[in-house]
Order: sequence, then structure tokens, then C-alpha cells
Amino acid sequence: MDLNIFWFGVIGILFVGYFFLEGFDYGVGMLYQFLTPDDTDRRVALNAIGPTWGANEVWLITAGGAIFAAFPEWYATLFSGFYLALVLMLLGLIARGVAMEYRSRHDPPAWRRMWDWALTIGSFIPALLWGVAMANLVRGVPIDAQMNDTGSLLTLLNPYALWSGLVMLVIFLAHGAYFLDMKTEGALRSQAASAARWLGWPAAIAEAILLLWSSRLIHPSAWAVAAGLLSLGSIVTAVLVYGQKTIRMAFFLHGAGIALLTAASFLALFPDVMVSSLNPAWSLTIYNAASNPYSLRVMTWVALTLVPIVLAYQLWTYWIFRQRVSPKSPLEY
Amino acid sequence: MSQLGWARLQFGMTTVYHFFFAPVTIGLAVWLAILESIYVATGNEDYKTLVKFWGRLFLLNFAVGVVTGILQEFQFGLDWANYSRFVGDIFGAPLAIEALAAFFLESTFIGIWQFGWDTVSKTVHLLAIWLVALGTTLSALWILTANAFMQEPVGYTLVHGKAEMSNFGALLTNPQLWVEFPHTVLAAYLTASVFVLAISAYQILNQRQPHLFAKSFKFAAVAALVFGLGVAVIGDAQASHLVTAQPMKIAAAEALWKNTGAHAPWTVIGIVDSRDHQLKDAVQVPDLLTILAYKRLSGSLSGIHALASAAVKQYGPGNYVPPVAPVFYAFRVMIFAGVLMILGGLWATLRLRGNRFLTRRRLLKAMVWMLPLPYLANTAGWVMTEVGRQPWVVYGLLSTAVGVSPAKTVPSAEIILSLSAFAAIYTAIAVAAVFLFKKYTDLGATPEQAGPPSETDHYLHVV
Ligand code: HDD
Ligand code: HEM
Ligand code: HEM
Repeated sequence: MDLNIFWFGVIGILFVGYFFLEGFDYGVGMLYQFLTPDDTDRRVALNAIGPTWGANEVWLITAGGAIFAAFPEWYATLFSGFYLALVLMLLGLIARGVAMEYRSRHDPPAWRRMWDWALTIGSFIPALLWGVAMANLVRGVPIDAQMNDTGSLLTLLNPYALWSGLVMLVIFLAHGAYFLDMKTEGALRSQAASAARWLGWPAAIAEAILLLWSSRLIHPSAWAVAAGLLSLGSIVTAVLVYGQKTIRMAFFLHGAGIALLTAASFLALFPDVMVSSLNPAWSLTIYNAASNPYSLRVMTWVALTLVPIVLAYQLWTYWIFRQRVSPKSPLEY
Repeated sequence: MSQLGWARLQFGMTTVYHFFFAPVTIGLAVWLAILESIYVATGNEDYKTLVKFWGRLFLLNFAVGVVTGILQEFQFGLDWANYSRFVGDIFGAPLAIEALAAFFLESTFIGIWQFGWDTVSKTVHLLAIWLVALGTTLSALWILTANAFMQEPVGYTLVHGKAEMSNFGALLTNPQLWVEFPHTVLAAYLTASVFVLAISAYQILNQRQPHLFAKSFKFAAVAALVFGLGVAVIGDAQASHLVTAQPMKIAAAEALWKNTGAHAPWTVIGIVDSRDHQLKDAVQVPDLLTILAYKRLSGSLSGIHALASAAVKQYGPGNYVPPVAPVFYAFRVMIFAGVLMILGGLWATLRLRGNRFLTRRRLLKAMVWMLPLPYLANTAGWVMTEVGRQPWVVYGLLSTAVGVSPAKTVPSAEIILSLSAFAAIYTAIAVAAVFLFKKYTDLGATPEQAGPPSETDHYLHVV
């Protein structure tokens, strides 16, 4: 295996981690104010993700940095090409991050309402847009011979990509609902449970349609198809096993579905990193978009040393905060 | 304005904004770690109360630093695609390492620290804040490794018109880095010291737990003096380094169009006349520039005219002169702000014995009014650094005009739209942040006793 493949894999894994972890953070952000009008319960929901959402978001930042370091052409083409979509997503992330910290710092209902909406919309936008972006990556955008994307925001908003956005949205909503059911107590928990029951099947059906559509539109490799089917299987199983006692299992099955769906997208893309819809020869690949071998070697050493340490202390944090959050817990957010 | 102009405006605005918050985070993290160490070592509850008070302000600040940082991570791709293609091979590496080595550390342990008061042991809690402090300082190290490359490219080879990394060690031992990093980190410590000093003085003036804030005041007064001197000493080393590394930047910072004689005076202040290429009404100290630049009594500096024609010979026809006035004034703003902070720190330090400062209202008021100075100096420092490097984005290798994203991919209209959106959301956040800073300052260090209980008391108990 050469280092170009290795780094494509690393970036794939970073996205898997990001979608798995921020998936439920976004889900919680989109759901919580609709689950309950009670302020304390809303705070329970936010405190359930409170200690860890920041580190979860760093998976995205690291993915961005890794793309820049390993495949600078990909970084340049992707983010200049998807300009307005990325700006919109950044605005969402900015609003959401500040809302998380500021919402409960002041009492008046109008203040809380304002930040509740900032948080919900700021979670909604990236959830939707990542689905749109992934679809456009595998399907192709009008990249010219100089590796510049000549399309506009409207090129990105085609029906297939929008459907993919919707799938991501619903899957993250369900992920958030399972998470709250697993991590909270009291009135909020039962609300989350009923949301989880409502969202499970729509998520599975929406994904099934997406997979069918993809198989006709982009002719994915056998590996990608296998990952896609396993993902669907996982998500369906999550719905089937879901119950009072099995909530943990359902959460992880659904999460595995997200991970496998992400893997499927990356496998469908491989060995390209961005497909040109104008001319296949103009696609960006893991070779023509990459840094030089020396740079990749340096980064490989860095990643092999640091990633295990990072994983260890992140897991440890989840262990520290393993307790369910209830209205009686000290509420920081 | 051109597409390039909008792109520059967007980068400058968003980056300066990020740097309003980052230095406070870097400095306050260390401050909290020290306070909490004292608490753990002595068991004195006063220090715990102080940790919580400063911790609340720290978290308000941290949140904005994080969200503005996310934009930073992606904006090289947004507006500077050609730049990213040209240097990604080198520049991407420190950015990725920063995320892996620093951001994960800092964001994970801030979670443990913020939410873990009742969950983890005292020692683990203390360890968490030290790791946050380590993370923020590492973050500065890696991002400045990237920036130092742009100031002084090292460890690369040009292959097919792109800079490829050929020596990672050289990036880390870049001489520019080892003046820029200490200067920036000391500036961050100074920023936090003045922040603590100003707010402590404000609390003492308003009779809010003066015995508690006196403790903060004492630390911060000495720290402001020490870090102020440190920043000035390293800043001087930086300027000397520039004389050989980027002579054009120094010439612009001193508004020297003509070569100087062997005994160059230093201009305290003057009026830059960029049209007629001269400095008017200058107040100068004889010989001082020579001494600052070379640490000896004689030596001349090259002027802009000579450097520009040398650059034309080296790089071909073009304009190699940065905007002189902003660089000149920015340098002075930074130095004056620095000197004022040193003097302020000295004044406060001299009044520490016997707690005399507690009753000196004029001193306390002056300390409150020092608060804008570090922000001014930080911004001015970056304006000098970045504007003084123009027209290059990577010194001597890539001009800013070439680094921008192609206009057909990223037209002006899109940049104007995004710039307006960022300006709007950043303004809104600034208003909210200032409001909350004021609120939690006015609540004092023991808000439980301050007034009728409110729901926010939850927050006050936990942090
Ligand atoms: C509290 C903030 C602060 C204060 C009081 C000072 N500086 Fe500074 N300065 C910075 C904060 C800063 C900075 C924002 O951190 C910069 C921008 C880039 C860098 O390396 O640090 C900077 C840059 C910077 C540069 C440009 C370096 C380059 O372009 O490579 C020079 C020459 C100095 N400083 C010199 C000084 C001197 C002689 C000071 C005397 C008091 C001083 N600074 C005070
Ligand atoms: C956080 C502190 C920083 C501040 C306040 C700052 C400030 C600025 C400003 C004011 C400009 C506009 C210059 C001009 O248009 O003439 C600029 C440009 C730029 N800076 Fe910095 N900078 C900072 C750090 C960095 C770092 C760490 C990097 C690299 C990692 C960097 C890379 C750039 C780039 C790529 C440009 C665009 C090209 C240009 O307009 O010159 N900056 N910066
Ligand atoms: C243009 C260059 C820069 C980029 C791309 C950048 C990127 C980022 C990112 C992505 C974050 C969020 C990390 C998180 O989620 O935890 C962040 C935060 C931070 N950055 Fe920057 N940054 C830049 C300039 C700087 C500079 C020059 C410094 C200091 C010398 C700095 C210091 C920090 C610190 C201490 C934080 C922690 C959070 C906070 O500021 O409150 N950054 N930065």
C-alpha cells in the first residue's frame, strides 16, 4: 500500500469519526428544543453533549488539515469550488458553537430563545450540507483542466445531492434521538425515545432510496456497494432491536450505519478525490492531488505517533462522563 | 475594489478578529493553571473562588476563539486556492499537526475541566487545566511555524512551479519562528496579565471582594511588568532579524526611502508622506536605529528606493514596495502600547507593598484604562508583519496577487457576500460577548452572596 492510499484512508477515517460523533451532536442540536418547552430539560439535553462536543468538532478541523497537508489540490479545489456552501456551513458552525456556551448564561426567555434557534439552525445547516457535499464529490462537479471548479452553488443543489442531504439530516436526527435516550433521564428521555421511534424507519427508507439512486447514477465499485448495503443493514437492525433495554445497542448499530455509509462514499470515490463531470481525465486523484512523498512520509510518522494518544484520551473522557444526565445533575450549560 | 482586495479584506478582518480572542485564551489558561495549583497545594478556598471567577471569563472568551478558528482553518481554500496549491505541501503539514497535537488536547481537556469539578479528582482537574494551557501554547507554536514559513521560506524545493517540502526539520528551526513564537506567546501572556490587572482594578474600585481581587492584582501587576519587558526584548531581536531577513519591511516600518548614513536616527513619530516619499515633522533620537538594528554604534540601513531596484533586478519588473504608512504607524502603535503597559506594570508593582494600591484610585483607574492596549498592540503587530511583507504572500516566492483563488471560481460577488455575512455574525457575537463579560464581571467573585438567586447560579456553582 502506498502512502497516497494510506492518507486517503486516514481522511476517510477522520470523516467517519466526525460524522459518527458530531452526527449525534447535530442531531441533539436540531431536536432538543422540539422535544421539550421546559428550560431545565433543554439544558439536560445540552449537558449530555456538553463535555465532548468541542473535541468531536476537532475531527472536522483535523480532516480539513489532513486534506490540506496530504492533498493540497483537493483542499484548494474543494473549498474554493464549494465556496458559498462552505461559507454557509461555517456560519452555521460559528453560530452553533457560541450558542452552546452562551445560551444558559443569561436568564431572559428572549435570550434563550435566540440562542436556541442559533443552535438548531447551526446544527441543521452542516448536517444537510455535508450530505449535499458528499453526493457531489462522488457524482462529479464541472472541474476544468486546471483543476478549478467552474460550477456555482446551483450546480451543487441538484436533486440527487439534495436527497443525499436529506438522508444525512434524517440519519443525524435519529442518531441524536438515540443518543439522548441513552444519555439522559426523566421527561426528556421519554420524549427522545418517542422521537427515536418516529425517526428510525424514515432514516432507513431514505437511505435505501439514496443507495438505489446512487447505484444507477454513479456505478460504484463492488466494495462501495457492499459497504452501502451493510450500512443499510445496520440502520435497519438498529430500528428492529430498539427498545428500553437495548438502547445502547441500537445507538451503536445506527452509528455503525453512519460509519459504513461514510466508508461507502469514500470507496465509491477511490481512487479519485473529486470527480470531474466535464472530462474524467480532469478528475483529481489521490496521485495528482497529493503532496510529495517526503511530505507524506513526515505526516505519516506524525499521525502514527499522535493518533493513538488522541484516541486514548478521548475515550477516557467518554468514560469520565458516562453517567446519564438528569435535571438533578449540576447543569453547566 | 478588486477581487484580490476583497479577499485581502476578508482575510485581514477575520484573522484579526480571531486574534482578539486567541491571545487571551493562551494567557488565561496559564493563569488559571497557576491559580488552581495554588488552590490544590494550599487548600485555600479563596483561590478556588478566583479560579471560578476567571474561569467564567475564560470560557466566554474561549468559545469565540474556537468558532473563529474554524473559519481560519478553511479560508486558505476559500479565497486563497492558488496559494494553497503552491504551498499546501509544506503549509498544510503544520496546520494538520496543530489540529492533531494541540486542538484535540485543548478541546478534550477543557471539557473535563469545565464539566468535571464534581466528577474527577482534584489532581486530575488540575492536570486538565495544565494540559489546556499546554495545548494552547502548542497551537501557537504550530500555526506560527506555518506563518514563519511565509515570512522566511525554508526547507523547500521548487518543483514544477510549486514549493515542495524537502526538510521538515528546517521548518521547525526556522530562525524567524524562534523570534516570532516567543514574541507572540509573551505578547499573549502580557495580554492576559493586563486583562487580569484591568478587571481586578475595576473590581477593587467598585468594592467587590477587594481582598480577593487584590491577590489577582498583585500577580498581574508583576506579570505585566515582566512580560512587557520580555515582549520588548524579543521584539527588538525580531527587528534586528528583519534587517537581514526582510530589509524592505524594516525600511517601510521606518519610512526610509533613502539609504541611511552610518549613524541612523530612530524616528519616535512623524508624518509619512507616501506621495513625495518623505517623512515630515519627524521627532528623532540620534543613532538609535543603528543601535537597535545592529547592536553597535555604526552601520547603515538600505532605503526603499535601493531595495526596490534590487528586487526588480532579482525578480523582474514589478512593484516591490509595501504600503509604507500602515506599516510605519502600526510599528509605532505597538511600541507605544508596549511601553505604556511596561510603565503601567511598573507603577502598579511599586505600589504593591503594604497593599497601598488598594486606596490609590488614580492608579486603579489607569489600570482599567490599559485594557485596550494589548488588543491594539496585537493587531498592530500583525498588520506590521503581514502588510509589511506585501506584495509577497510567501516572501520572495509567491506574490499575494497570484495566490488568490481564480476569479472565475470565486468571483468578487461571492467574497462580498461572505464578507458581509461574517462581519454581521462577528459583530453580533462581539456584542453578546462584551455583554456577558460585563455581566459576569459585575457579579463579582462570590455572586451567590451578591443578590437574589437566579437561574444562572447553576453556572456559577459549577464553574
Ligand atoms: C501585546 C502585544 C505586543 C506588544 C506590546 C509588542 N508586540 Fe511586537 N508583535 C506582536 C505583539 C506585540 C504580535 C501580534 O504578536 C506580532 C505579530 C507577528 C509576531 O511575530 O508577533 C508582533 C510583531 C512584531 C514585529 C514584526 C516581526 C516580523 O514581521 O517578522 C516586530 C519587529 C515587533 N513585533 C517588535 C516589537 C517591539 C520592538 C515591541 C516593543 C515594545 C513590541 N513588538 C511590542
Ligand atoms: C492571528 C494573527 C494574524 C493576524 C492578526 C494576521 C493579519 C493579517 C492581515 C491584516 C492580513 C492582510 C494583509 C494585507 O492584505 O495587506 C493578512 C494576510 C494574510 N495572512 Fe496573516 N495574520 C495572522 C496570522 C497569520 C498566520 C498564522 C498565517 C498563516 C498560517 C497567516 C497567513 C496570511 C495569509 C495567507 C494572508 C493573505 C495574503 C495577504 O493578504 O497578505 N496569517 N494577515
Ligand atoms: C491563520 C491562521 C490560523 C488558523 C488556521 C487557526 C485555526 C484555529 C482553529 C481551527 C481553532 C479552533 C480549535 C478548536 O476547535 O478547539 C483555533 C483556536 C485557537 N487558535 Fe487559531 N488559528 C490561526 C491563527 C492563530 C494564531 C496566530 C494563534 C496564536 C498565536 C492562534 C491560537 C489559537 C488558540 C490559542 C486557540 C484556542 C481557542 C481560542 O482561541 O479561544 N491561532 N485556531
